Amino acid sequence: MNQLIIPLLDGTLVAATPLIFAAIGELIVERSGVLNLGVEGMMLVGAAAAFGMALHGQSPAAAICVAMIAAALMASLFALLALGLAVNQYAAGLALTISGSGLASLIGRHFGARSGTTIARVHLQGLSDLPVVGKVLFGQDPLVYLALALAVMAWWFLNRTRPGLVLRAVGEAPEAARAIGYRVLRIRYLAILTGGAMAGLAGAYLSLAYTPLWVDDMTAGRGWIAQALVVFATWKPARVVLGAWLFGGVTVAQLFAQTFGLQIPPQFMSALPYLATIVVLVAISRNPQTLRLNTPLSLAQPFRPDH
Amino acid sequence: MPPRIALEAITKRYGSFVANDAVSLAVAPGEIHAVLGENGAGKSTLMKIICGTIRADAGQILWEGRRTSILNPGAARELGIGMVYQHFSLFETLTVVDNIALAHAGRFDRAALAARISGMGERYGLPVDPLRLVHHLSVGERQRVEILRCLLQNPKLLILDEPTSVLTPQAVGRLFGVLRVLAAEGCSILFISHKLEEIRELCHSATILRGGKVVGAVTPAEVSAADLARLMVGAAIAPVTRSAVATGGVRLALRGLSLPPTDAFGTALHDLQLQVRAGEVVGIAGVSGNGQAELLDALSGERTAAPGTVMLDATPIAHLDAGARRRRGLAFIPAERLGRGAVPAMSLRENTLLTAYRQDLVKRGFTRNAAIAAFARGIIDRFRVGCSGTEAMAASLSGGNLQKFVVGRECSLAPVVLMVSQPTWGVDVAAAGFLRQNLIDLSRRGAAVLILSDELEELLEVCDRIAVLFRGRLSAAMPRETLRIEQLGMLMAGLEAGAA
Amino acid sequence: MIRLYLERRAVPSRVMGFVAPALAVLAMVLCAIPMLRLAGLAPLATLRVFFIEPLSSANGVSEWLLKANPLVLMGLGLMIGYRANVWNIGAEGMYTVGAICAAWMALRFADGVHHWLLAAMMLAGMLGGMLWAAIPAFLKTRLNTSEILVSLMLTYVAQLLLSWLVNGPMQDPQGLNYPQTALFSESATFSPLIAGMRLNASVFITLGAVPLAWLLLQRSFLGFQLKVSGAAPSAARYAGFAQGRLTWIALLIGGATAGLAGMFEAAGPLGQLSPVISPGYGFAAIIVAFIGRLRPVGVLLGGLLLSLLYLGGEAAQMSMNVPAAMSRSFQGLLLLCLLATDVLVDFRIRLRP
Repeated sequence: MNQLIIPLLDGTLVAATPLIFAAIGELIVERSGVLNLGVEGMMLVGAAAAFGMALHGQSPAAAICVAMIAAALMASLFALLALGLAVNQYAAGLALTISGSGLASLIGRHFGARSGTTIARVHLQGLSDLPVVGKVLFGQDPLVYLALALAVMAWWFLNRTRPGLVLRAVGEAPEAARAIGYRVLRIRYLAILTGGAMAGLAGAYLSLAYTPLWVDDMTAGRGWIAQALVVFATWKPARVVLGAWLFGGVTVAQLFAQTFGLQIPPQFMSALPYLATIVVLVAISRNPQTLRLNTPLSLAQPFRPDH
Repeated sequence: MPPRIALEAITKRYGSFVANDAVSLAVAPGEIHAVLGENGAGKSTLMKIICGTIRADAGQILWEGRRTSILNPGAARELGIGMVYQHFSLFETLTVVDNIALAHAGRFDRAALAARISGMGERYGLPVDPLRLVHHLSVGERQRVEILRCLLQNPKLLILDEPTSVLTPQAVGRLFGVLRVLAAEGCSILFISHKLEEIRELCHSATILRGGKVVGAVTPAEVSAADLARLMVGAAIAPVTRSAVATGGVRLALRGLSLPPTDAFGTALHDLQLQVRAGEVVGIAGVSGNGQAELLDALSGERTAAPGTVMLDATPIAHLDAGARRRRGLAFIPAERLGRGAVPAMSLRENTLLTAYRQDLVKRGFTRNAAIAAFARGIIDRFRVGCSGTEAMAASLSGGNLQKFVVGRECSLAPVVLMVSQPTWGVDVAAAGFLRQNLIDLSRRGAAVLILSDELEELLEVCDRIAVLFRGRLSAAMPRETLRIEQLGMLMAGLEAGAA
Repeated sequence: MIRLYLERRAVPSRVMGFVAPALAVLAMVLCAIPMLRLAGLAPLATLRVFFIEPLSSANGVSEWLLKANPLVLMGLGLMIGYRANVWNIGAEGMYTVGAICAAWMALRFADGVHHWLLAAMMLAGMLGGMLWAAIPAFLKTRLNTSEILVSLMLTYVAQLLLSWLVNGPMQDPQGLNYPQTALFSESATFSPLIAGMRLNASVFITLGAVPLAWLLLQRSFLGFQLKVSGAAPSAARYAGFAQGRLTWIALLIGGATAGLAGMFEAAGPLGQLSPVISPGYGFAAIIVAFIGRLRPVGVLLGGLLLSLLYLGGEAAQMSMNVPAAMSRSFQGLLLLCLLATDVLVDFRIRLRP
């Protein structure tokens, strides 16, 4: 039994990690009133950048930093359009996803089937060797813990600090926030940059730790699933983590089922995470009250201050 | 002592339109100064310049005798300028204390701030519970939060934009008490209003704006309301004329209409009863937020209810959607003319089709553009809509002209029942009179007209009978001849007339 | 410091409506130059291979129009949705399901000569696309679920469905276990217009769809309702337009055009199904809709432009070993540039005094 449960739990935590990074980042962006549909594209650029660095023998830390910067640059491009020119945020986000996936393939065209440095798991003397829970709880790579820490920090930031309060205020009523002296566009820009960097981190995790091999479009829709997670979580960090574990679980379970040779076509199993996304979206959206009370009120509405 | 603030020849242009043309005024410490003018006179532009949300093209601002430039709202706050907005700038999903913390520079300590809010509220007679969410508060309470938010900054200049339009007559009295205390403590107050009696009662001095220019500076107590009105409008205003009512049968009836709120922000409607007859105008008074939005949705068909609770010409319609009700002769003029009553980025021709599509303007699924343009032309001519033609964008019209267009369009549908919400919000005085006259005339031609408005003066001028909506309950409709404004005020505050 | 700001025009500029997309193409080319440099390519020569060489032969023109065919058709369908504020980004999935349904028809009647087969396949393709579009439409109107995420998720599902079919139920029994269907019969494929070239008669259907889309949007009351519900949803509710019905129509039109485009590809250049039947046409069609500024004739021109990018990408890959991803980067870049220049239609740039 342990042979099944331990890898399942272990895999779930790992599979959930990139989703947590990307979704927490997008949550910050959406709480500021901006919808960036470019998560998938930014993740891909991050993944390619990190993988490239790793191939050149750079340390994982350096690779991650470069990935975060690259994705944040992409996010700046989005910010220029969505904030500076106040264009339709749906279109700008889609443009980012399309350019990002092209750019990532471009960066990754010479990567071939090699792999570079990867992220090692931690080993805590004593704790990691505990039966059952040892490896699952104390033997993950550092980024698994970082993802959880970031989710806690996001919660603390939004609910316990003044800048977090300001961010929520800007997302609810930008005009009112400006009237009492806040620079709405600057705050939103910082949120978008943060979201970009987090998406880059998610991408880096994919290409350095999750599947340390380069494949075009290796995110396989995880950016979009992260986007759905934010809705599912009704913009609350704790629920993002729960949702990510759920998806991680589904992803890992279907992989297991495939290897255990269940008599179900593998394509059906592979479709499960996507179908699960639809199911949870339906579950959360069915009651219009839930969404109305939690959606940042100015979400996806362009803001143009008067002169 | 130099004035607290002095504006010198402030000018602001938008393209070729001059919103403020060399406007000058000065307010002394402790002075309550009225800025008076009708919609479009340039009052809000001027206030936005003082608050730093927009910048003047020319002119200068002196703060306590020193030249200053207010580059952004933060700079205004640092000087000690506080503003209470007409459409409040509060954050609905946050608590009172969070709302105030956002505008408060001190340490982020919710408990300490909550204590200060309660203390300040007690001192000035502005009680609020600091831990409540703003969307649970009544309109009056929200205004208190806005005022408290300013007071905690120890403002030297407090600006209030049409603060009484959301209050019952009794609450207006209490607000004036607070403002007088503040002024006595040395705070300067800029009081923006178009209500002349209030200004005469409260303000020490007044600056009158018209068409972006200063047209007078007076001591309100020494001038009659009629003279103030003439200065403000630039001409004598013709009163509306009302022919006698010859009411016919009941065209619109509410029979025990009840509706739950759609969300936590809403108000439930309880057992509403009302009859509107052919040939009469019935008004519904009340402070907004007491179920007006829900009632309009239930009448227009954007929300449905049990069939028999709304009757049109003795047919149940409460279960029908908006399109089906329009087909039966219901027309509606919403308060939000831009975005609801008209599509901003579409031409007047296209906006004619928006609701006039049953006037033989669509043939076999295709739009008859020439006929639509002719229909639009007719509305523009009959209702004197100032615009560049039928192809003008709705968004390019002034508030008054667009409202004339929307009212004209709905009246042209020859409705059985016309519902109007806030018929003259943000409309200049001359246009308002014209619109009110048209609503009366429509009723006298046999339509039943129902008006929801938070301006009591307007309802008393136009309506034959008036009912009051309070917390989702509707009073009986009373004939205007027997109504006193105090009585309406008590109903609007939820006090039974005579009981208080 | 010079400070620029945008001032809203009283009326949107007609001239800019034409100039903005041209500026966007120019901006894209300017941005492409450093990108090509970084990739170690001579920019001018590459651009020549990209934009000019593909059109220098009759066969090139045939290929150009052939590729533009699905792009324009899908772009038209998506454009109508976007006008109504319905964000269908799953055209790729609807295209795939359309192709599957058409292929099922083709394989079902593989023997003999059937004159009606192509028409039946077109119908099947459209129904397939509409079926796939009905899922987000149902979830959106009944259960309030975002059509953006649902339509996109269904794209992945459709691709997996195709992969399963060509590996299983629809696999060619004589195909040496390759994951593909049998080749369609002659009755089930479009015959070339000109011998030796792949261009076929289906382009005329797409060409006919352009004025139809124009008629729908500019002259019909339904189109008017769609536009109102996109431009001002509260005005649509106020006017009594049935929002749910409009959402259904917008998604079904998108599904039908995408499904038909899938059929055109399957019964045209492909002639059979394999796991990959589209180089991202469904996503490129989103760009086509925007490059065309959400107008029918614009979509036609936008489709031709994007088709050229695809063709140029292939040519450059073959003759200069330029990575295939380059053309996808250009596509994204083009959309980014267009969104930026499109601001000039409604605004003019001013110098702050």
